[in-house]
Amino acid sequence: MSATQTLTPSMKRQRRADMRRNVFYLVLIGIGLVAPFVAYPVFLMKVLCFALFACAFNLLLGYAGLLSFGHAAFLATGGYVTGYLLSSHPALTPELGILAGTLAAVALGAVFGALSIRRQGIYFAMVTLALAQLVFFVYVQSPFTGGEDGLHGVPRGDLFGVISLRSNLAMYYFVFAIFLFGFAIIQRAVHSPYGQVLKAIRENEPRAVSLGYNVDAYKWVAFVLSAGLAGLAGSTKTVVFQLASLTDAHWHMSGEVILMTLLGGVGTLFGPVVGAGIVVSLQHLLAQSPLGNWVGPILGVIFVICVLSFRSGIVGEILKSYRKNFK
Amino acid sequence: MNQPAESLMEYQDRDGAEMLRVRDLHAFYGESHILHGVDFDVKRGELVTLLGRNGAGRSTTLKAIMNMVGRRTGSIMINGTETLGMPAHRIPRLGIGYCPEERGIFASLDVEENLLLPPTVRSGGMSIDEIYEMFPNLYERRRSQGTRLSGGEQQMLAMARILRTGARLLLLDEITEGLAPVIVQALGQVLVKLKERGMTIVLVEQNFRFAAPLADRHFVMDHGLIVEEISAAELPSKREHLHTLLGV
Amino acid sequence: MTMIFGVPLAVFMGQLLLGLINGAFYALLSLGLAVIFGLLKIVNFAHGAMYMLGAFATLLGMRYLGINYWAALLLAPLVVGLFGMLLERTMLRRIAHLDHLYGLLLTFGLALIFEGTLVNFFGVSGARYPTPEALQGGFQTGFMFLPTYRAWVLVAAIVVCFFTWYMIERTRLGAYLRAGTENPALMQAFGVNVPLLITLTYGFGVALAAFAGVLAAPLYPVSPTMGSNLLIVVFAVVVIGGMGSILGAVLTGLGMGLIEGLTKVYYPEAANTVIFLVMILVLLTRPAGLFGKEA
Repeated sequence: MSATQTLTPSMKRQRRADMRRNVFYLVLIGIGLVAPFVAYPVFLMKVLCFALFACAFNLLLGYAGLLSFGHAAFLATGGYVTGYLLSSHPALTPELGILAGTLAAVALGAVFGALSIRRQGIYFAMVTLALAQLVFFVYVQSPFTGGEDGLHGVPRGDLFGVISLRSNLAMYYFVFAIFLFGFAIIQRAVHSPYGQVLKAIRENEPRAVSLGYNVDAYKWVAFVLSAGLAGLAGSTKTVVFQLASLTDAHWHMSGEVILMTLLGGVGTLFGPVVGAGIVVSLQHLLAQSPLGNWVGPILGVIFVICVLSFRSGIVGEILKSYRKNFK
Repeated sequence: MNQPAESLMEYQDRDGAEMLRVRDLHAFYGESHILHGVDFDVKRGELVTLLGRNGAGRSTTLKAIMNMVGRRTGSIMINGTETLGMPAHRIPRLGIGYCPEERGIFASLDVEENLLLPPTVRSGGMSIDEIYEMFPNLYERRRSQGTRLSGGEQQMLAMARILRTGARLLLLDEITEGLAPVIVQALGQVLVKLKERGMTIVLVEQNFRFAAPLADRHFVMDHGLIVEEISAAELPSKREHLHTLLGV
Repeated sequence: MTMIFGVPLAVFMGQLLLGLINGAFYALLSLGLAVIFGLLKIVNFAHGAMYMLGAFATLLGMRYLGINYWAALLLAPLVVGLFGMLLERTMLRRIAHLDHLYGLLLTFGLALIFEGTLVNFFGVSGARYPTPEALQGGFQTGFMFLPTYRAWVLVAAIVVCFFTWYMIERTRLGAYLRAGTENPALMQAFGVNVPLLITLTYGFGVALAAFAGVLAAPLYPVSPTMGSNLLIVVFAVVVIGGMGSILGAVLTGLGMGLIEGLTKVYYPEAANTVIFLVMILVLLTRPAGLFGKEA
């Protein structure tokens, strides 16, 4: 007896959807692989780093319903720790530097998560913002961050001690691999039973509590995971640009990642990637135009428009119209 | 600006004139359709009840009259004025007092502040002294926090505060719910006094024995519709039928 | 010379006074946040920008219109308050029915717009505003020199805080506000124009921020970024105090200013982080905040 005969119609539909999704992923990976031959690799790497950052943030907002206003702290922590270690220990390979930066962000996320999930909603946003500002001040004053100047000339080094990352193409594929790794983790987490519980908590926390779930523990794990991936993005970014600076720790950065996620689509897997791509491109284009000084206000206007009349974001809107027209 | 409306109101402010006319009223909470075309009238000086099982749409009818539900269609005329397009805060200004089921006593206000809170909507309301005379308990506890009162006192307060405003049409939602018999009795006496003063009252009640002797007419609701109208005179002959409708 | 834990009394008192004045600003700003939060349920991220706009209105009013400090004390809050009311009518109202986090995001976007626009016109370095003549100089108290303007700021802030408390706790309008905070739908059913009340409340809250901005103009450099950095500290103050009570917001604000002043005396390195550390401590011991009603 063959397996197909026992499939119910809903299972068949599910299987078809899975297949469509896999094809979609393969196409995207294909695009990612050829992209550096079409576009400027450094720009692409910047997009990928911010896309990972935004995906990490979205894990918390989109799937756990927690609005963190302090994710810059994790990005910066990853960046500084990696930058400091690679600069001061020339023998250290970049992947170990990135690993260390990510672990530092995980540790910070564990502490901040434990503190901030004690408060909900608006208070959660304020607590995370305040904690991130504390981190900002610490980094301003600490000797290892280079203060206002930041860390410059962080060596890219040789991956596993073998592959030189000085070439942008090699660097790009490494960053792409890291992005895929991070994205896969998020994708797995969201579709796992753990992710389902997280969504249940977001929809109706009292019910999740009454079903016996340790809601705070679930939220905390999401927070730590999100912080760690944000740190991974920051560490990678430092290796790419050979630079770690206070810009990454500033609350503007926490706001930018919110904008990327909102613009692309909160709670959609690809929304943050699209949002990051648009925001980074916009910054890139504006910086070269006469409007270079107006990046901040323009982002503010996009922010306001998104909140007022575009709350599903780009990917969210596409999914909505797709569902309306094809299902 | 309001001059013509005022004079119209005065003109119709006599016994027997139509105080409230509801036609084909539909009400929605988000996606759910709660009222499916409610029709009824209340004449000035009448006391009518809305009876029915839980979920029949009685409270929603009162809320819809006050524009407190999501969306409404149909027609609600109050004293000859169409109110369907009116913003919620303008409707009480036509002379309506609303007493919600959950009583709505404000915890951050003391008893007297609660009492003085609703703005005067028309002249001729009871003075604060008259109110304290009618509800002596409230006078004694006027400095207490509103929600520290007993359930009965809170109900008295919720009623009392709309009497001050000069409202001539009272919408009272489940005022006897969960109260001791002696307090229910006292509330019955209050309603009799209000009727004597010429108030028009729409009473949503679960306690039929409380409502029966007070009301001029009863409207029975089911599934968001008025399914039966029974006058006080018909009541003795239709009592059995009514009990079947209400499922008691 | 008298010493307090190894610090000269004059230095000690001076820092304490500076702290108290910072605290007065925290109090004014967190009070405005609390008033707005009560009725609108949103955290006004544009609050720092409104404070900054108040200071800029004062500066530009003097520069281009010849408006003096005393007139600005009245006009700047009025103008900024009206501007806030316009924002509420045109934008905040449209998202009032959504999750309140959207209000935070919207006001954050607005703050970015105001701050960024002014940076383009005035740069970030900041301009000086002269101390009004009547408040120049100072007087010698027993143990220290007290600049008149600082004393004035403290008195003015405390008077305005008290006035706000009185308005909310003791007047009819305040009763509307308190009741509207609890149950806006029922207030509508009593004939109170709640949308108007919300507009006025937002206007009043941001006017408080603008008033703080006027007070700040002769004290700190007037710069487009003066509000946002302050606001984050005020957020921490709000988390510490909780937004449930008016007096709580004022007392927490003043108290945090004092703690900051003391830190400047004994461990200056931690002066700009101490409030965040207190916040952590409060989160660990009293998660709802010192005066909080929310768990």
